[in-house]
Amino acid sequence: MIEFWVVFTGLLVGVTCGIAGVFLILRRMSMIADAISHTVLFGIVMAYLITQTLNGFWMLVGAAFAGILTAYLVQLLHSSGIQEDAAIGVVFTSLFAAGVLLITLFAGNVHLDVEHVLMGEIAFVPWDKWTLLGLAMPKAVWMLLLVLVINIAFLLLFFKEMKLATFDPVYAATIGIPVVFLHYGFMTSISFTTVAAFDSVGAILVVAMLIGPAATSYLISKTIKQMFVYSMLFGAAASVIGYYLAKFWDTSIAGMMATTVGFIFIVTFICQKIVERRKKVLVHKLETS
Amino acid sequence: MYALTVENLSVAYDKKTVLENACVTVPTGHLAAIIGPNGAGKSTFLKAILNQLPNKVGKVEILGKVFEPKSLVVGYVPQRNAVDWDFPTNALDVVLMGRYGHTGLFKRPSKQDKIVARQALASVGMQDFAERSIGQLSGGQQQRVFLARALAQNADIYFLDEPFAGVDAATEKTIIDILKDLKAQGKSIFVVHHDLQTVKEYFDYTILLNKTILASGATEDVFTPEQLQKTYGGKLFMMQHV
Repeated sequence: MIEFWVVFTGLLVGVTCGIAGVFLILRRMSMIADAISHTVLFGIVMAYLITQTLNGFWMLVGAAFAGILTAYLVQLLHSSGIQEDAAIGVVFTSLFAAGVLLITLFAGNVHLDVEHVLMGEIAFVPWDKWTLLGLAMPKAVWMLLLVLVINIAFLLLFFKEMKLATFDPVYAATIGIPVVFLHYGFMTSISFTTVAAFDSVGAILVVAMLIGPAATSYLISKTIKQMFVYSMLFGAAASVIGYYLAKFWDTSIAGMMATTVGFIFIVTFICQKIVERRKKVLVHKLETS
Repeated sequence: MYALTVENLSVAYDKKTVLENACVTVPTGHLAAIIGPNGAGKSTFLKAILNQLPNKVGKVEILGKVFEPKSLVVGYVPQRNAVDWDFPTNALDVVLMGRYGHTGLFKRPSKQDKIVARQALASVGMQDFAERSIGQLSGGQQQRVFLARALAQNADIYFLDEPFAGVDAATEKTIIDILKDLKAQGKSIFVVHHDLQTVKEYFDYTILLNKTILASGATEDVFTPEQLQKTYGGKLFMMQHV
């Protein structure tokens, strides 16, 4: 049963991040996700300091706040003439450092250590259970399910608006699509995703899960819907394969999952290049004959 | 009624003024060219009119009203290179985007929306490419898809940003025929245009722009060597053709 919960948590991380990652890639916002995955630490610490509990709900609120703050500050610096990558670099390191300082100053004796936040420990997930509606499941699973539902709801409600605001934001604005609202709504859902994935894979590896599967599916997808399906499959596959490889070699589970994400990307990339070249050769042959 | 009224429109990026005190009024029912040298602020002028620049000052009215995006009266066709054509979608889907304003939030495009989108694609001669990935279309075909999207929106006034840049001759002909047809239906069309040789042939109205509006009016009155000299300064090489 313990192993089941670990694998199931990994699967949920893969699927949730896989879904969230699609528009990150399409909107070219991978680096913002990287920034948010670090600055949510600041939000979580603030939530802890204010409420004095490590309640999952307040963690989500704190993370959402930090995510929106990050996106807003980056936008503010960028629009005042600083390059976007520099703006991201400044904002996320400052907020992350503030989070680390706050932990060491005020929260040293609670279960909120920096290493755990950065690396996560999926093997411990099954021990921390919540019972809701008579159902006892690990806290991480509850959180991931909640965020998965939120992410899917956001996409179902705003799919066509997100598509247009991503493809052509200026045109979208001229026909009354709420481009700014969608931007911050999406940033909120990325923040939620990051927090939910915290416990299992940690802040650094969540970036791999957010970007890797979606980037891989971008290589082979013709429509956004296809991209969602492949991205979820790649995310889920990387989690499960990563878990069993880690068990086999007795190594870090989160590390192995992220490595598998990278491996799937490279294999897909090479296959796609080979297929493309074959097509070109074939077309060339047909044209010359 | 005026299609466009602009009073003292100014835009600055990083303290650098791109547009200063632009004033122009254009009656409805014209096919108007907006011309001026590179860096004159033509695209900025369009975006400022469509209220897409937070740093603009001045008054703009479209069809007698302050522009309200939800009204859908404006069909905007951005420069083709303003978007990523590797985006995973097909031609029909891009044209359907023109219907989103009509479809409303939370709803999927209806059958009727799809019929309108297919008609728009057909009117630009792209009906056979509906299911083609947009990345596999040629530059001219992509431009036609963009125009079809604006047509599917069924606007009253159209703003096109360099629709003829980098397109083939057949596409240019198709686009100008459609624009003339829109004009015949009483719609107003504004086109940022580069090729001075075709201005007289295509447009009945001309707006000369270089940091500000230098002249505007019927093409035969405005498109004169003196006015062009004023707009382009020493940069004009095509005087002999005018």
